[in-house]
Amino acid sequence: MLRYIIKRVLLLIPTLIGISLLVLLLIDLTPGDPARMMLGASATEEQVEELREELGLNDGFFVRWWRFISGVFQGDFGTSLMTKRPVLDEMLFRFRYTLILVIFGTVFSVLLGIPIGIYAATHQRTWKDNAAIFLSLIAVSMPSFWFALLIIRFFGVQLQWLPISGVDTWTGWIMPCAAMALGLIALIARQMRSDMLEVLRQDYITTARSKGLSNRTVVYRHALKNAVIPVIMVIGGVFGSSLGGSLITEVIFSIPGLGQYIMTGLNNRDYPVIQSGILIIATLFAVIILIVDVIFALVDPRIRSQYTRRNKREGGKKNEKEEETVKAA
Amino acid sequence: MKKKRKQSRLREIWHQLKKNKMAVVSLVVLIVLVLIAIFAPLLAPYSYSEQNVLNANASPSAEHLLGTDDLGRDILSRLIYGTRQSLQMGIFSVAIGAVIGIIVGSISGYFGSWVDNLCMRLLDIYQAIPMFLLCVALAAILGPSLRNAIIALGLGVVPGFARIMRASVMTVREKEYIEAAKSINCGTGRIIIKHIIPNAIGPMIVQITMGVGSCILSGAALSFIGLGVQPPIPEWGTMISEARSVMRQYPTQALYPGICVMISVLACNLLGDGLRDALDPRLKN
Repeated sequence: MLRYIIKRVLLLIPTLIGISLLVLLLIDLTPGDPARMMLGASATEEQVEELREELGLNDGFFVRWWRFISGVFQGDFGTSLMTKRPVLDEMLFRFRYTLILVIFGTVFSVLLGIPIGIYAATHQRTWKDNAAIFLSLIAVSMPSFWFALLIIRFFGVQLQWLPISGVDTWTGWIMPCAAMALGLIALIARQMRSDMLEVLRQDYITTARSKGLSNRTVVYRHALKNAVIPVIMVIGGVFGSSLGGSLITEVIFSIPGLGQYIMTGLNNRDYPVIQSGILIIATLFAVIILIVDVIFALVDPRIRSQYTRRNKREGGKKNEKEEETVKAA
Repeated sequence: MKKKRKQSRLREIWHQLKKNKMAVVSLVVLIVLVLIAIFAPLLAPYSYSEQNVLNANASPSAEHLLGTDDLGRDILSRLIYGTRQSLQMGIFSVAIGAVIGIIVGSISGYFGSWVDNLCMRLLDIYQAIPMFLLCVALAAILGPSLRNAIIALGLGVVPGFARIMRASVMTVREKEYIEAAKSINCGTGRIIIKHIIPNAIGPMIVQITMGVGSCILSGAALSFIGLGVQPPIPEWGTMISEARSVMRQYPTQALYPGICVMISVLACNLLGDGLRDALDPRLKN
């Protein structure tokens, strides 16, 4: 098992190197000169050129990439071109907002999605199942930012129960997390339902029933354990995609999170911010997927053996120290 | 001969699909939406940019069925014109994503070994950036416009299509008729295009249908944060963002475009579900 985990962690390295190259490539394709943007339209051509030289923008692609990567390994994520503050400090400050949002959004959706899915599956072919499925379909089809605006209008403006924006108090988190969770609840519920239905058809469930076990015991002790495995996989994906989706929620509720920071960076062509922001989110995403895979392998030996075989062929041969630095980043 | 067989396969799918009432209703809704988009200038009572500041934020009346927005523009007309942009975002971005995905997926799935490994590792890297963040970054870098939003969304959905195509190709690759084709010295390109892709495309149909829905949704989100369709051209997401400023007094202005997004995405999802059952009745719960 340990071997498997180490191999998976080592596989992160090429992925992260690839991401850093991809991000740098994206930035290279960007029209617009950051030096020009910093100096304004009145600056002369020489001044712009001088600043470009100073910022190292004239260096070749791989020179810049190496500078970026070696900086990252030393804990230096660059300095924002606009605010002149170290990107890392700013990121660390904003990181917890995004993390709270994503974690609570996911927890919220798991706590609601799994029971709804089980309920729908155990009431198959009744109106209750149809209603649950239809409602969850509507929830997936709804733009989350629109839903956020509607709940702000209702709970914030009309009833004045919750603050409209800002997260100074814990009540401020309720609506952002609800907006994050909306589509995810439905996603998890649908997955849970179909897995549950699949499991309930198995022979060992029939055996359990014929032993005279109550419906409750059959569903919660025998079926749930097996049905929840694919759901864990979905939750991992959900967690990751909500890292991207948090951007819009942060903008609507004025939460000073990572998404908002990257958004500002993109608008200002603030390259260090864009590079490091995307790299950090991607690292986080990759680590989450890794954790999910490991959990998956722990609960299901079939998958473990399959992965171990596959990874034997692909395992990277980098030293472990490097990988730890990347993970710390 | 071949044509006839293809038709009967389509008929078989249609026959299955017909049994699912929700899917048929969704199909009708989608066709109506496409017609609305095509004939928008004929259907809309006003132009989408016609302003009348004296009659701003009007409530629904016989003249303006859904009222007017903060610049006095007819909301119904803007919704009708908005169908064009939103459907374009959904359909064209999925077209880009599906074409690239089919190419990458078929090559990767057919050749296997190191080609497959390389493609999959590249996709892993690509997918490590959350899809919406990638779309936002691409749209911001390319500059906000409908075309660039479509490109950004299209590139964002490639990995999903590629993976499904690959899995599908890998099962088709082992079939006897591929071996038969190889044994009569059929070229690799011909095998992929003539034999592999048509037989492996089935699972993609569901993904494409649902992809249109999710691209409409993400497209609206891009427009909402100002990275998609630019004002004054109406798009549902842009309209929601514009209605935000008068949300306190006139919440219904934001309600209509959201409902439009919801209906079109819901229709795509229901049709996708229906198609999945029709293509493979075994999966039906």
